[in-house]
Amino acid sequence: MPAPPCASCHASRAALRRPRSGQALCGACFCAAFEAEVLHTVLAGRLLPPGAVVAVGASGGKDSTVLAHVLRALTPRLGISLQLVAVDEGIGGYRDAALAAVRRQAARWELPLTVVAYEDLFGGWTMDAVARSTAGSGRSRSCCTFCGVLRRRALEEGARRVGATHIVTGHNADDMAETVLMNFLRGDAGRLARGGGLGSPGEGGALPRCRPLQFASQKEVVLYAHFRRLDYFSEECVYAPEAFRGHARDLLKRLEAARPSAVLDLVHSAERLALAPAARPPRPGACSRCGALASRALCQACALLDGLNRGRPRLAIGKGRRGW
Amino acid sequence: DCFKAFYVHKFRAMLGKNRLIFPGEKVLLAWSGGPSSSSMVWQVLEGLSQDSAKRLRFVPGVIFVDGITSSWVFPVALRSAIRENPLPKGRWPTPHNSARKHCRGFPQGEVAPCPALPGSVSPDSFCLRFSEGAAFGKSLEERSKTLAEVKPILQATGLPWHVVALEEVFSLPPSVLRCSAQEPAGSEGAYKAAVDSFLQQQHVLGAGGGPGPTQGKEQPPQPRLDPQSLARPPAAAQTEALSQLFCSVRTLTAKEELLQTLRTHLILHMARAHGYSKVMTGDSCTRLAIKLMTNLALGRGAFLAWDTGFSDERHGDVVVVRPMRDHTLKEVAFYNRLFSVPSVFTPAVDTKAPEKASIHRLMEAFILRLQTQFPSTVSTVYRTSEKLVKAPRDGPAASDSSPCCLLCMCALDVDAADSATAFGAQTSSRLSQMQSPTPLTETRTPLGPCCSPGVGRVQGCGQGACRREDPQACIEEQLCYSCRVNMKDLPSLDLLPPYMLAEAQLRTQRAWVLQEIQDCLIEDSDDEAGQS
Repeated sequence: MPAPPCASCHASRAALRRPRSGQALCGACFCAAFEAEVLHTVLAGRLLPPGAVVAVGASGGKDSTVLAHVLRALTPRLGISLQLVAVDEGIGGYRDAALAAVRRQAARWELPLTVVAYEDLFGGWTMDAVARSTAGSGRSRSCCTFCGVLRRRALEEGARRVGATHIVTGHNADDMAETVLMNFLRGDAGRLARGGGLGSPGEGGALPRCRPLQFASQKEVVLYAHFRRLDYFSEECVYAPEAFRGHARDLLKRLEAARPSAVLDLVHSAERLALAPAARPPRPGACSRCGALASRALCQACALLDGLNRGRPRLAIGKGRRGW
Repeated sequence: DCFKAFYVHKFRAMLGKNRLIFPGEKVLLAWSGGPSSSSMVWQVLEGLSQDSAKRLRFVPGVIFVDGITSSWVFPVALRSAIRENPLPKGRWPTPHNSARKHCRGFPQGEVAPCPALPGSVSPDSFCLRFSEGAAFGKSLEERSKTLAEVKPILQATGLPWHVVALEEVFSLPPSVLRCSAQEPAGSEGAYKAAVDSFLQQQHVLGAGGGPGPTQGKEQPPQPRLDPQSLARPPAAAQTEALSQLFCSVRTLTAKEELLQTLRTHLILHMARAHGYSKVMTGDSCTRLAIKLMTNLALGRGAFLAWDTGFSDERHGDVVVVRPMRDHTLKEVAFYNRLFSVPSVFTPAVDTKAPEKASIHRLMEAFILRLQTQFPSTVSTVYRTSEKLVKAPRDGPAASDSSPCCLLCMCALDVDAADSATAFGAQTSSRLSQMQSPTPLTETRTPLGPCCSPGVGRVQGCGQGACRREDPQACIEEQLCYSCRVNMKDLPSLDLLPPYMLAEAQLRTQRAWVLQEIQDCLIEDSDDEAGQS
């Protein structure tokens, strides 16, 4: 049976149904709607003021590819300029292929690209080396803890090098929902208090960060990439199966099957959490070693690296004595 | 012995630490027949019977909340479940009268203490019990079976009890949905003073040789518990209406939430009607952890502290208290087994449902599975829940005048439609879908969709025309985020019990009137009604 006409332009045949609303749209209208929603998020939250130099954290994956593409389409409306910053964590067999994709994109879109490597920044530690060093402890390796913290430092460093004023990352609604589930399951009250908003405003000298794709669900991101025929790298990280986030992701998939709006419901819940003042993280100061934003004497990156260098990789993970 | 001491200590410590229950207060115990609430009732009974120094000082009543059976959904499985259920006590012979008479309650004279249960007869306590079996086409004989199982246990507690059918929701007054004036929370000093004065009273009366169980209080002689007036046999029309309502709900998740809401309202009403100021529910640690995660997924992140904290004061005069909060289900099960605590298995609406059927089931399965891998999951979630506070995120300024949700009675947590939040994202896409030709304007044109679901404040629905045009949207506006999502699964809001619709109508009207006279009112300058 023929596809119904597009609900918005009424001209061409509908090519897809939006997962959130069930509306039938053709490819062009869907992409337009998607871009309009991202624009709305940015404008309503006043995330990127005109004249900003925006560093896009590009990993080569679908989220950052879509983000870069949409922002590039919106640059005339927003009056910003884009820079691509890619981080090389040194994961063999994965990151090099992803970086190749980023380079292709940068060439195609004519955007300046900067690559920052862990090796250079963090004294020769690549993620593979970190994984080897934490492997012997008998429990799960918690590589993702290291990678996440170090990558944010690297991104910040890269953004500074190109003189950016804002950092954007491609986290989508599914990521936010998984994060809040994960933080509850792990009892991480500090992160619960900090997260759930529109990104950090950038206190204490750190660059302001935001996530324009925050309210777009993963399916829509994939659909957009498909209709715009974007070229991205789609394999998952070698260390991903060990991550705790996998449980949260699994749960989220099932929740979405039971109720399609579950993802946005979770994001709404996360925004509205009210935590006790005692549980909130203290006002951030500066790290005593590298000067970056930190809520304790040492920023987490320095603390983790310290642990690695001393041969006690779990030093800064967990509550200290007992670890996790 | 040590286990028992530890268990009892946890219970008493939870009550004592929070100091919310004043001596001589009337407390309603919500008993669902399940293990944790049975354990709670048992603890209370034991606590009442101890020597005076450690005796529990409040005046309890028991309400039995009968579980729903989903005969409509899983007819075969459930009937077999009921038959297989091993009863803790022998079955009572079913009287020849029709099942309806069962619902009418039982003569109050028989409050004979059962040898199996400790506890003196406390004449001032009440039992209340629900029978929701009709909600799902459970046949009358099945209902009477459950009632028959429950009745002896209730009688054995020695506390007067009621039988209330869920159909009673159709005769509830709209006042159920209004938050009554809140009594000021007792401070430290107030609690201590109350305890001291109570002890003094007891002393005086004890010296005069008064009988123990009266607890030294002036009480009106055995308040007549008119089962007849409370528990009329449910009219067939009401049963039919209830079945229709539940059958029309499309998803199991929404059904469960609706059931929970109706049940809460009924308990609230009965508590108010009989002068109870507190209700105790038997939610255990495990159940609360699951409930917390479920509520997160349902969009109730703003209300987690009320839903899972120790005390829940959103109804104002009646406070819901959760003393079993610290006990894990495993401990409860062991205790019940070791000390033969009677309980009744009543199949719930999601018994034997497949895992994917509802969010509640999913979350339960997930948490229990994760618990096997990471044994600290439940306690971690519980500890995190203790760190949640009840203040709304943007400070306490809006607490008095902020509108409350119609169904769950929490302060509304939705913003204006075009904000950069998850709610804003959903409504903006919906609005753009609804009105493609005309651009969206903020002005309230009388012809435009003034009741656009985006405007969260009741005052926004100020147009008189809207009351007649779109009652569905008007009701939706008065709901919090998660209740809205639930109501989406209900195709027609007319099937809701009349008290909800009446209250919604009343609120809309009131808001409209307020709008009309806005100019003449004098208000505190820092609390503008039109503030966004």
